[in-house]
Amino acid sequence: MAEFTLPANSKITSGTHHKAPDGASNVRTFQIYRWSPDDDANPRLDRFDVDLDDCGPMVLDALIKIKSEQDSSLTFRRSCREGICGSCSMNIDGTNTLACLKSISEVKGEVKIFPLPHMPVVKDLVPDLSNAYRQLASIEPWLKADEDAPDGEERRQSPEQREKLDGLWECVLCFSCSTACPSYWWNSDEYLGPAVLLQAYRWVADSRDERTDERLDALDDSFALYRCHTIMNCAKTCPKGLNPGKAIAGIKSEIASR
Amino acid sequence: MARTRPLSPHLQVYRPQLTSMMSIAHRASGIVLTTGTLVLAAWLVALALGAESYALLAGLLAHPLGQFVLFGYSVALIYHALNGLRHLGWDFGYGLTLSEVYRNGHMVLFLTLVLTAGLWLTVLL
Repeated sequence: MAEFTLPANSKITSGTHHKAPDGASNVRTFQIYRWSPDDDANPRLDRFDVDLDDCGPMVLDALIKIKSEQDSSLTFRRSCREGICGSCSMNIDGTNTLACLKSISEVKGEVKIFPLPHMPVVKDLVPDLSNAYRQLASIEPWLKADEDAPDGEERRQSPEQREKLDGLWECVLCFSCSTACPSYWWNSDEYLGPAVLLQAYRWVADSRDERTDERLDALDDSFALYRCHTIMNCAKTCPKGLNPGKAIAGIKSEIASR
Repeated sequence: MARTRPLSPHLQVYRPQLTSMMSIAHRASGIVLTTGTLVLAAWLVALALGAESYALLAGLLAHPLGQFVLFGYSVALIYHALNGLRHLGWDFGYGLTLSEVYRNGHMVLFLTLVLTAGLWLTVLL
């Protein structure tokens, strides 16, 4: 059953305000969700004043600047800083995206940053993705074929067959889409969510995979697949411009038409 | 040992999207329609019971509050039917790109407005 409010230990309190250094010329305030497992406090919202004239253009640049200059305990995931690793996914200005691809100038007023929604928090902006990764493993995201490649070397595809994977292979598994999906918020124990279902369709759509039926059998479940009600928050929020909702419709269509 | 992890905020922080708002409105209008069908049933029963009971119900529905209920029912019916067509298209694989989702979403909202206004203008004039 869906719980629309936050549990008592998750309610957010107001935190500390870190001022910008004297002489800052172009100050923008960042409101950042903080929670540490090391004390007994509830999550809090800290405010950091950042001089944008002395900061890179992206939200990730500001986070790194805050961590190096104002509060070294600020915790977040990041790696490639160019939208290919999928690590720095978080809720910025009300929608999920990658901090490295979100420019500060896109946000009006104070920049609010929260962890990916409706997830257990490990620390600050780091959500626990164990359940999502377990769900990813459950769809067995690898090529399955009984025979060796026909010519003993590689499994060839026509350009048309290869084209079917476009819009699927680009996913960086940041889980922005799954954690933007109200249906996933309420049913993440059983519903696989848009990110994992897009991966599932990536293998269903692959001409080289020989276990399509087996994959569709596993997906044909009222919770695992059909908790998707075509809300489409997933496609709206995907920082890579992909369309998980359309991929899920592809799975439903494959099941209905076999 | 670390404490129980808090749940990150969701409805509290997620900016309302056209996509999710139209989805929840589809559900809400469905609930309104289910409830409103009771009014329709009451109307039929009153009709079957004769002129007196029919006059009573007609009187209730003519009251501003009754008119409001009928107005709500008509908006819900028109929105739910139009958005239902949108869902039907999606189930056949049409109109699922993000730009199409926004275009057909705006179209549903616009047509709901036009058809509801048209219906009530016809009734009232």
